[in-house]
Amino acid sequence: MKAKPIYGLMAEFESPEQILAAAQKTHDAGYKRIDAFTPIPVEGLAEAIGFDWTSLPIVVFLGGLFGGLSGFGMCYYANVISFPLDIGGKPLNSWPAWIPITFELTILGGALAATFGMLAMNGLPSPYHPVFNVQRFALASTDRFFLCIKARDKKFDAAQTRTFLETLQPHGVFEIED
Amino acid sequence: MDSESSHKVAVANGANEPDLIIQPGHTMATVTDKISSIVLTRPTTPGWVFGFLIGFSLLMVLNLVVTMLMVKGVGIWGINIPIGWGFAIVNFVWWIGIGHAGTLISAFLLLLHQKWRTSINRFAEAMTIFAVMCAGMFPLLHMGRPWLFFYLMPYPNPMWLWPQFRSPLVWDVFAVSTYFTVSLLFWFVGLIPDLATLRDRTTSRIKKIVYGVLSMGWRGSAVHWARYEFASVLLAGLATPLVVSVHTVVSYDFTIALVPGWHSTIFPPYFVAGAIYSGFAMVLTLAIPLRKFYHLEDLVTDRHLDIMAKVMLATGIIVAYSYVIETFMAFYSANPFDRYMMLDRFKGQYAPLFWMLVACNLVIPQALWWRKVRRNPVGLFMISLVINIGMWLERFVIIVVSLHRDFTPSIWAMYYPTRWDWATYVGTFGLFFTMFYLFIRFLPMISIVEVRSLVHETSSEQGHS
Repeated sequence: MKAKPIYGLMAEFESPEQILAAAQKTHDAGYKRIDAFTPIPVEGLAEAIGFDWTSLPIVVFLGGLFGGLSGFGMCYYANVISFPLDIGGKPLNSWPAWIPITFELTILGGALAATFGMLAMNGLPSPYHPVFNVQRFALASTDRFFLCIKARDKKFDAAQTRTFLETLQPHGVFEIED
Repeated sequence: MDSESSHKVAVANGANEPDLIIQPGHTMATVTDKISSIVLTRPTTPGWVFGFLIGFSLLMVLNLVVTMLMVKGVGIWGINIPIGWGFAIVNFVWWIGIGHAGTLISAFLLLLHQKWRTSINRFAEAMTIFAVMCAGMFPLLHMGRPWLFFYLMPYPNPMWLWPQFRSPLVWDVFAVSTYFTVSLLFWFVGLIPDLATLRDRTTSRIKKIVYGVLSMGWRGSAVHWARYEFASVLLAGLATPLVVSVHTVVSYDFTIALVPGWHSTIFPPYFVAGAIYSGFAMVLTLAIPLRKFYHLEDLVTDRHLDIMAKVMLATGIIVAYSYVIETFMAFYSANPFDRYMMLDRFKGQYAPLFWMLVACNLVIPQALWWRKVRRNPVGLFMISLVINIGMWLERFVIIVVSLHRDFTPSIWAMYYPTRWDWATYVGTFGLFFTMFYLFIRFLPMISIVEVRSLVHETSSEQGHS
């Protein structure tokens, strides 16, 4: 083991196409704990590094369902159970009048679930992350694309992995301090 | 997929340059630099300070008016029975309608893969949020005792009372507050990667901390992007029916009442079309000076103006159709009150306002049929102002003219706004422009990430062809 612990190795690329090909090769070479950092969303990149499913849509559905049910439930409870008022014999459960509130709260529940679900699943906010220790990583939010193989990967070996990354013809390979 | 890619090719190979939605020669780095430099390195110009001070002074006017209102009550306004709604509700409907274009651009056009929305959606969304803030103030102030606004919310109170959930006014509370929350969330989600860009590019330590905290440590991981895109599309899918529902609920405030001129089934679609009409007018009112003063003509191109003008033309025609149907139904219904209401609009005491409305909303915008007008920023700016005025007059006619001649002649009256009415209206412009000036100074007014993606797509398409 090295004296200074490292988080992983990072290779820099110049275009989405390059990093997509590189990510595929890295994944095919048997590396499992990899990540890619891009300034724009790159179609297929997440799949190339092994991301295949997210429960976000289910969370959003449940959020919307919860919002809608609580909206309708609130109106029902208020008008039928908590404070029933007989107005000319009109039905207490006047559900058509509660559709707007039910609808709005469905949307609200779904939107809150989408936003905060996405942030939570992504582990944000995260005040510190080792990748920011690489100086050139600042360009990951401008026009450079970075592929990272984490040291936690079973196949990771500082020297061999570096040689492997260099075969992908990156712009440069950097060590990430932990 | 096919139509999308052919659209991209059409964008990239545009028949002539003015038809491009982004001028050639841009790379990911240049657009990032261009947009972020407005916030990070561009010095604060005298023009900005001047504009901000005007906005801020008007905000202080609002401050004064609200204080006066709290001290003296709504009696300082021109409202009285039968015209209880006056300027407050006219302005509420006007402001909230303006907001609708922002959501339409950011959500609905995202679902439709309309690439041209990219460079205008951020500030259109900001416009939405600020407009909804202005709109939200009016019903609160109109209550007379705004400090008791929480009576509108269902909360456990010692009186054991609930809000009237069967009332459109309570629906409005839910619709508008949901609309504001969802718009804010959608806007913020869109801002996260851009805030990260600003964090990475700034050299000032304070800015680095502020943008760093706001961007929440966004690092552009591919897996994060995948979930982010999911969330964006889902938010867009939720916001699209929401925007339609909000102005529908606003129109219920009228249609569910029995007042002639209000009690009409055409109101929901008519209000939604009118909202989009006025909203696009406001987007143009803001976009044309912005792109001039910040030299963004290569990102907000003449083609954007052209498309927005076409949207205005289309929604304007829907609005015109609604006016015609409204008039037709008033006479066809054989209801004497409806007929009288319509005749009163045509030749009553407020008739000049009605005919001004017809000129502003129906006649003058027909100039947009000509391509030359749509491509002329100055002309378009004037027309957008005219439509803004016209849509304000429309709400005035609907609210005040309908109320001033009700069923019983003995309660007929005239409504004259007082200077406090005007000052409140002008004051909300102060709120709007103060927020907007701060926004263009401290946040990227164009989505950097989306423009970067657009640059990449267009350049790779050009590479293939």
